[in-house]
Amino acid sequence: MSTAARPSSFGSARAVLLWSGIAVLCAWVLVPIYLVALGAFGGRTGVYQWPKTIFPAGISFEPFLLFLKTEGVAGAFMNSLGAAAVTVILSVLIGAPAGYALARYNFRGKDGYRLLVLLTRAFPLAILALPLTVSFIRIGLYDTVIGVGLVHTVLALPFAALVTQGIFLGVPRELEEAAWVFGCSRPQAFFRIVAPLALPGLAATAVFAFVISWNEVFAASVLTVRHRTLTAYLLTVLAESPLHYRFAGGLLLILPSVIFIFAVRRYLFAIWGISSK
Amino acid sequence: MANIVIDRIKKTFGTFEALKEISLEIHDGEFVSLLGPSGCGKTTLLRIIAGLETETSGKLLIGGTPINGLAPKDRGLAMVFQNYAVFPHMTVFENVAFGLRMQKADQKRVKSQVDKAAALLHIEPYLDRYPNKLSGGQRQRVAVARALAVEPKVLLMDEPLSNLDALLRLEMRTELKAVLQASGTTTIYVTHDQTEAMGLSDRIAVMYNGRIEQVGAPVDIYSHPASRFVGGFMGSPPMNFIRLPVTNGTVKLGNTHHSVPVHTGSDIVLGLRGENVARTPLAEGLRLDVRVAEPMGSHLLLTGIIAEQPVRVILPPGETVRAGDAIGLKPDADRLIWLSPETGLSLNHPKT
Repeated sequence: MSTAARPSSFGSARAVLLWSGIAVLCAWVLVPIYLVALGAFGGRTGVYQWPKTIFPAGISFEPFLLFLKTEGVAGAFMNSLGAAAVTVILSVLIGAPAGYALARYNFRGKDGYRLLVLLTRAFPLAILALPLTVSFIRIGLYDTVIGVGLVHTVLALPFAALVTQGIFLGVPRELEEAAWVFGCSRPQAFFRIVAPLALPGLAATAVFAFVISWNEVFAASVLTVRHRTLTAYLLTVLAESPLHYRFAGGLLLILPSVIFIFAVRRYLFAIWGISSK
Repeated sequence: MANIVIDRIKKTFGTFEALKEISLEIHDGEFVSLLGPSGCGKTTLLRIIAGLETETSGKLLIGGTPINGLAPKDRGLAMVFQNYAVFPHMTVFENVAFGLRMQKADQKRVKSQVDKAAALLHIEPYLDRYPNKLSGGQRQRVAVARALAVEPKVLLMDEPLSNLDALLRLEMRTELKAVLQASGTTTIYVTHDQTEAMGLSDRIAVMYNGRIEQVGAPVDIYSHPASRFVGGFMGSPPMNFIRLPVTNGTVKLGNTHHSVPVHTGSDIVLGLRGENVARTPLAEGLRLDVRVAEPMGSHLLLTGIIAEQPVRVILPPGETVRAGDAIGLKPDADRLIWLSPETGLSLNHPKT
């Protein structure tokens, strides 16, 4: 960094501020995760040990592996991934076109439409739970991963539509018009120009949809019996488990989100800078 | 290359008439500017020609072929946008090649066309860079190169220089003229800057309130404005307008009588360019009470009062005039513009 390299006191003060800020933010995110990991790997004694040591006294993967082998955990984990995948795919596939339409076209009832989209979040799931369960049983979606994914999509969709609207608004209209003039049809212009530039934002939308689905407990608990998602499963099982089991479960809940965000991190930074100005 | 026929094009937004039946023919290889203040409809007209906006009624032809209703890509034109609209996720090479790639041109043609356009606009050193590493002027060149690379029948430019700083704008203007003269492409150029339009165009269409006020060569429009609006919009300082009484079919300027095409008893407006006057003795000429004298080096700019109305005139740099002086001016009799005080239209020659 040029500010850090400059020997002036103003520059170095700024650098100190910058780096201490970074350190605090990192600690904010990493320390809890680390403590959970410590609890999960520290074994029965490590969990209760106080004061905590920076490095665990004895690492043992045994409780974690034991937890993984517990009946239902692996299945629940896969169910959670499945429901999240359904949520991510559907909310981007349905939400992004809605966001594009909101960003680019003026149509009658646009504001009303936006309000309606948000209103889907105004219905508490608790009220919907019973009728939803009944109709899911009727259609045959009850106790399936796809059923949970669909409900999670409903939760994530308003968010996806409104966020992608902002993303598409951020891609200058002139770029799209230039593409039309230079030989693109509307779909071609979208896939060659708009989509690549909107990719960071679309990736962020996918991350949030994933997290919404992954963290959701209530609908998942109500709508499943045997094919539980991880959150729903842990909620019922962990209450009766020893503490280090609970930490292992917590870690298992955290890890996929972290890995997923890490995987799409490239798109979370606007690498080209969306605006051409 | 092709000619363009704009035939009674009308555009309404709700109840607002942005364009009121505009007709204009642009010849093959001609450079025509649409000039006017913001909101006059010039950009709307350009976007209708490009196919980015749909006309309410009227016909458009390029090279004799009607293009109404065609998608922008099927009109055989290229466009340079106000904000350049250079694609940020492509290198300069890919930007310039974009139109050719969409035409599925073979690799050899893409390469040669891009090289040609890049050489013309001096952007060869940047072909591998991304646009965010370029300055505004360089992006502008990329946008122009992208448009020329496809060898369009018609080139449309929407205020392409307005985002550049003053010095760069002047430089690019000269260069643009040289490049476009070399390519011989039919060009429509939208601008609100009258010096740009004057310098670049074969013909200028001055627009105001959704209408074309006057079409003509830059010098004609400058010297023979068809209306008060055109006279006031062209030139810096703008044309002076002095309202004078008419007696016996003549107007008295100093001790000279000029016959005018207006009945006795009414007034007439004299349109007078600041540079079309010469100094004479006070007793013989039109009396100017000087309020401010600004020596500009190349000329002397005087701001003052003639017949109780504010005017600005230009004299040779050698004249010694100070604020507070009263001097005599003799207008060039061949360059007087007579305007109707009611309609603002020129009475000198039939309206074009």
